[in-house]
Order: sequence, then structure tokens, then C-alpha cells
Amino acid sequence: MTTLDSSKEIKKNKSEVSQHHEDFRMFGLITFLIADGMTFAGFFAAYLTYKAVNPLPDGAIYELELPIPTLNTILLLVSSATFHKAGKALLKNKNSDTQKWLLVTALLGITFLICQLFEYFNLPFGLTDNLFASTFYALTGFHGLHVTLGTLMILIISWQTRPKEGRITNQNMFPLEAVELYWHFVDGIWVILFIILYLL
Amino acid sequence: MTISIDSKDSNTKSLQPKGWLRYFSFSLDHKVIGIQYLICGFLFYLIGGTLASAIRIELASPMSDFMPRDVYNQVLTLHGTIMIFLWIVPVVNGAFGNYLIPFYVGARDMAFPRLNAVAFWLIPPSGLMLVASYFVEGAAQAGWTAYPPLSITTPQSGQIIWIMSVLLLGGSSIFGGINFIATIIKLRRPGLKLMQLPMYCWAMLGTSLLVVLSTPVLAGTLILLSFDIVAHTGFFNPVLGGNVVVYQHLFWFYSHPAVYIMVLPAFGLVSEILPVHSRKPLFGYTTMVFSIMGIVVLGLVVWAHHMFTSGTPPWMRLFFTIATAFIAVPTGIKFFNWVATLWGGKISINSAMLFSCGFIINFVFGGITGVALAQVPFDIHVHDTYFVVAHFHYIVYGGTVFIIFSSIYHWFPKVTGKLMSEKLGIIHFSITFIGFNLCFAPQHWLGLNGMPRRVAEYDPQFQFVNQISSVGALLMAISTIPFLVNIFLSIKNGKDSGDNPWNALTPEWLTSSPPPVENWEGEAPLVEEPYGYGKPINQEN
Repeated sequence: MTTLDSSKEIKKNKSEVSQHHEDFRMFGLITFLIADGMTFAGFFAAYLTYKAVNPLPDGAIYELELPIPTLNTILLLVSSATFHKAGKALLKNKNSDTQKWLLVTALLGITFLICQLFEYFNLPFGLTDNLFASTFYALTGFHGLHVTLGTLMILIISWQTRPKEGRITNQNMFPLEAVELYWHFVDGIWVILFIILYLL
Repeated sequence: MTISIDSKDSNTKSLQPKGWLRYFSFSLDHKVIGIQYLICGFLFYLIGGTLASAIRIELASPMSDFMPRDVYNQVLTLHGTIMIFLWIVPVVNGAFGNYLIPFYVGARDMAFPRLNAVAFWLIPPSGLMLVASYFVEGAAQAGWTAYPPLSITTPQSGQIIWIMSVLLLGGSSIFGGINFIATIIKLRRPGLKLMQLPMYCWAMLGTSLLVVLSTPVLAGTLILLSFDIVAHTGFFNPVLGGNVVVYQHLFWFYSHPAVYIMVLPAFGLVSEILPVHSRKPLFGYTTMVFSIMGIVVLGLVVWAHHMFTSGTPPWMRLFFTIATAFIAVPTGIKFFNWVATLWGGKISINSAMLFSCGFIINFVFGGITGVALAQVPFDIHVHDTYFVVAHFHYIVYGGTVFIIFSSIYHWFPKVTGKLMSEKLGIIHFSITFIGFNLCFAPQHWLGLNGMPRRVAEYDPQFQFVNQISSVGALLMAISTIPFLVNIFLSIKNGKDSGDNPWNALTPEWLTSSPPPVENWEGEAPLVEEPYGYGKPINQEN
């Protein structure tokens, strides 16, 4: 927090103004993820209620195959681990290793999305066919949106960790840590989604 | 871990326009943002109030002669949405929260100033969108609740704009909530303990928890609703196998806490105002804190009391009746504490105090009808009648709006360094209080006798009582005039107030009025007893 009246003084005492306070950006992010999690909770609650009270009409098709989503679960779990590796490498100041691990993570994310699209195109039902079909697409679509966003952010921070010129170093790890937390969150949501949509 | 504030922040701050122009800029100063919220909210209040007057004019006669039925439905939809999402929620949270919370925690700004500015600047465009939705063909006419199947079978272009606007406002609300939680928990000045915070901080902490936990559910629900409208899915459309009750559950999971999002901050504000003007410590600080948190927890598990007639099973009715009745306990504790704060105090009767006392009277009345409405047999009798309208307005107008006015009278000297005219203030209070009670008290009778709400026409036997109600509404509309005159005259040639006209002890008064850009000239003061009135050292003069 700075106590300055004019911009002149800022230039003069640039080194003095940077007083320190606790970093609460991570705290803000966690609060946001709780809010985001509540959106998913709403969707899950709706789906489970439909499951409990709304029977599937006669002749309606709502069948899911397990292989692709199982593969997707493994992809995301592995990607969480590779992201963790990236953070570890940055702590040891090995920026090029971090970049490599981040790119692997992004690649896994992209593969996940491709598999998801492949599943969409091969399902025997469409968005408006019946209630459960709609809920399936809404839930996985909303999650897929999160994965897309996460993958984009991973690509951005992997560019920012490039050795020497990069903005993210082991002195400034927040962007990496923030995206990592978000990625683990998206991962956790997928596991819940997988259990509720495919296994129950 | 620590981070250094980059000096760009301070640079942009000091380069920002001065004077009134700064209220039209992307300012990062929490005080400017607070005032922006207040003025923006008040402008929408005027629009919403005009719509309310139109509704009361229509209801002065039993036939729909002032406007056609569908226009009536559109007007009441817009009135409800504007008043809730653009006036009460942004003002009682955003305006006073942004202005006061950094002072109360001893900080120079909110935790995330940029996020704060973004949260405010989402409001004007989405508000304009909402108003514009009235003018497209097929404006929203399903009420502020947008219940399907009504909202998916009526003309839809307006409904979609309505959904988009409410989604943006919800986003703004969530950003604000995150900011308040981080500011109150993380940004307190060293040495300031949680249990020493002024009560408004606790109220805002509770409110923000509710915002963060429940608003996203509304967002999800509205996304599904818009799918139903645009993509013809069947989430809430029974014809396609959907389930309308699921919408109601999800909607009320947000919208019941939303009532607490609207009144908890008012509870906090009145706890700041009463001790100052009665020169006594706030009675029962600890019980106040626990009752706020009790209301937060209970507020999340009572939503289905809005749905007793939606085919809810008996066990659900029982649970939600009991849970709702329990909320009366912490709320009652707070009211006893306020009355006990006044008891034996050296009370000064001024506009701020009058509006606060008006709040206590109105809210107790609204609270009692609330407990009555929680009882299933009674609720089934008066469901969707004017009794509900009366109850709701006693809470939200008689409660929160009274406190908004009270707070404006209380903190006007802080913001401008000028005193407001007490004479005009008392006129404003008298007309508002009489007009409000004249408008809404008779509606209890109307509801008990079976007049349904949200219908432009009614049985002619109700005409006389409706006309009384409309006269009350007219008085409420008139009461805005002395208020606005007071504001403009006081800004122009009000008496100088000095830094602390009320001799208050809460931290915002311990700096100059109006405060400097970063709140304090030097270190922020450590206020361990924000309500330490009546001790020898603190006595007036």
C-alpha cells in the first residue's frame, strides 16, 4: 500500500513505494472456484433430481459407452500430474523443463477435447432428443468449456515461462500456481461428473 | 508470501480525473466506485419507481383501462427486476460496502481494485439492456421469477435479453462478493481482530458468503432456461419431458438467500447508525455476530418455503417450515439488541435516526408476516395473493430502502463535508413513512380476502382498498422530491459539517471529510472499540 499524493513522488521513490503486504490473489481465486463449483453443483442437483423423478419416455434413447470417458479420465488425471511436474521444475529454476511439461499438459487437454468431440459425434442422441440427452450435453459442454479455457491459459503461461525473457520465474510463480489450481479443479469436477453421469 | 504493489496502480490513480468527472471514469478508488454504485442505483430506482406508480395507477380501477394486460405484465416484470438487481442489491452491497469496508478494516482500498471497477462497470450496460428489453417486440412478462413454462411460452426475444442482463448482474455481484470476503478476511490492518470489526463488516462477510455460494446456481439455472428458449431443449418444459419444479428449486436456492443479500447489509448499516445517534455501545455485539452467521447458514436451507403449493411432499414442507421458523430466532435477537441499544440512550432525533426507527417498526411487521407465511396451511391460503406482495415490500422497502435513506443522511457529511437539511429530511421521512404504510398495510387485507397478485384486473369489491393503496404509492412518489431537493441544496450550499459531525467513533470518521484519496494521511488508526460510547473519555465535548 502506498502513501503518495503525486506521480512525481512515485518516480522519485520508486524503490521505497513498494511496501509489502500479504498476497491474497490465491485466496480470491479459491473463492472464485468455490463459486464456480456451485454452478456445477446446481447442474448436478438438477441432473440427479431428473434421474430420481423423471422417467425416460418410451422409445427415447439415452445410452452412454464407457471406453472414451474412461480414457478421458485417465488423460486428465495424468495431465494434473504433468502440471505438478512443471511447477516442481520451475522451483528448481529449470524453465525449459517447465515449458516442456506445460506443453505436454496442454497436449493432453487438447486430446481430451478431441476425444470428447469424437464421443459427441458418435452418440446415438442429439441435444434436443430428450431430457437426459440435453442434461448430458449441457454438463459435459460446460465442463468442456472449462477445459478449453484451461488449455488456452496453459499455452499462454508456457509461453511466459520461456527461459530468460519470460515473465514467470520462480520469483513470480503466481500465474503458474493459479492456472495449476484451476486445472486441478477442472480435473476434480470431471471425476465427479464421470461418476455421476457415466457410472451411476 | 508477499508481493509488491506495482507502482502503476498509484500512477493511474493520481492521473485520474478530479472533481465530478472522476465519477464517469474507470476509477480504482473504492470511494469513487461506491458513489458510482449509489448514483447508478438511484437512477434505476427512479425508473423502477415510475413503473411502480404505473402499476398503482392501473390498479386504482378494477378494469385494465390504463394499460393492456400484457403491458401490465411487462411493467411488473421490469419493476421487480430493476428494483432487486439494479437498486437494492448493488446499492446496499456495492455502494455502502465499497465506501465503508476499506475504512472499517483500516485499508487504503479494496483487495482487488481492478476487479472492483469491473464489477461496477458491468452494471450500467446490463441495466440499459434490461430497460431496452422492454422495447423489443415480446418483452419479458413472466415476472422477476421468470417461472417456466410461462417464460418459455410467452414471446421470447425480451426474455432472452432479460436473462443475459441478469447473468451479467449476477457476475458483477459475484466479483463484488469475492472482493468483500478477501478485503475483510485478508486486508485488515495489523492488530485489528475480527471481533473488533464494526458490525457492517460482519454483515457484508455473511452477505458475500451467500452471494458466492448461491448466485452461481442462479447463473446455471438461467443458462438452462435460455437453452430451453433458444435451442428448444426440454429442461423445464413439461411437453418435452422436463420438470418445472426443478427450476423453482434451483431458482429459489438463489433467490431466497437473495432476500438476505438484500437485508443483511441493512442490518449491518443500522447497527452502525443506532449507536452513534443514541450515544451508547451496540448492545450484544457477540450475539449480533453469531445471529448474522446463523442467518447465513439457515438462509441457505429454507428456499422451498416459496414452493409449498408446487406439489412439495409433506416431509419437505415440514422441514422447510421448521427451518424458516428458526430464522426468526437470530433475527429476533438482532431486533432486541437494537431496541436495547436505544434504551436509556441519549437519543438525537434526526433524519438518519428517524429512518432507522422506521426500519425497525416496518421490519418487525414484515418479519411477523414472514413467520406466518412459513406455516403451510396459512401459506396455501394466501399463496400468490397480495399478502405476499405486502410482506415482501415490508421487508425490502420498509426494511432495506428505509436503511438506504437512513445511511445516506448519516454518511452524506462524510462524502461531501456538508450537512443535509434536517427540516427537509424530516419532511421526507414523514411522507415516506405514511405513504409506505398507507400503500402496503391495506394489501395484507386484500391478500387475505383473495386478491391475486400479478393480475391487471380484480374484483370490484376491492376497489376502495386498492385506491387507498394507490394514494399511498402517490405519497411515496412525492416523497422523492424533498429528498432530491435536499441533496442538491446541501451539496450546493449546505453548512460545513467538519470532519466528524456526529462525534462518531467508527474508523471512517477518524479522517477528514471528504476523505483523501488513500483514506488516511498517515497510518490507519487502530480502532479497538468502534462502539465505545458513554465512557468518560469519549463523552461529547
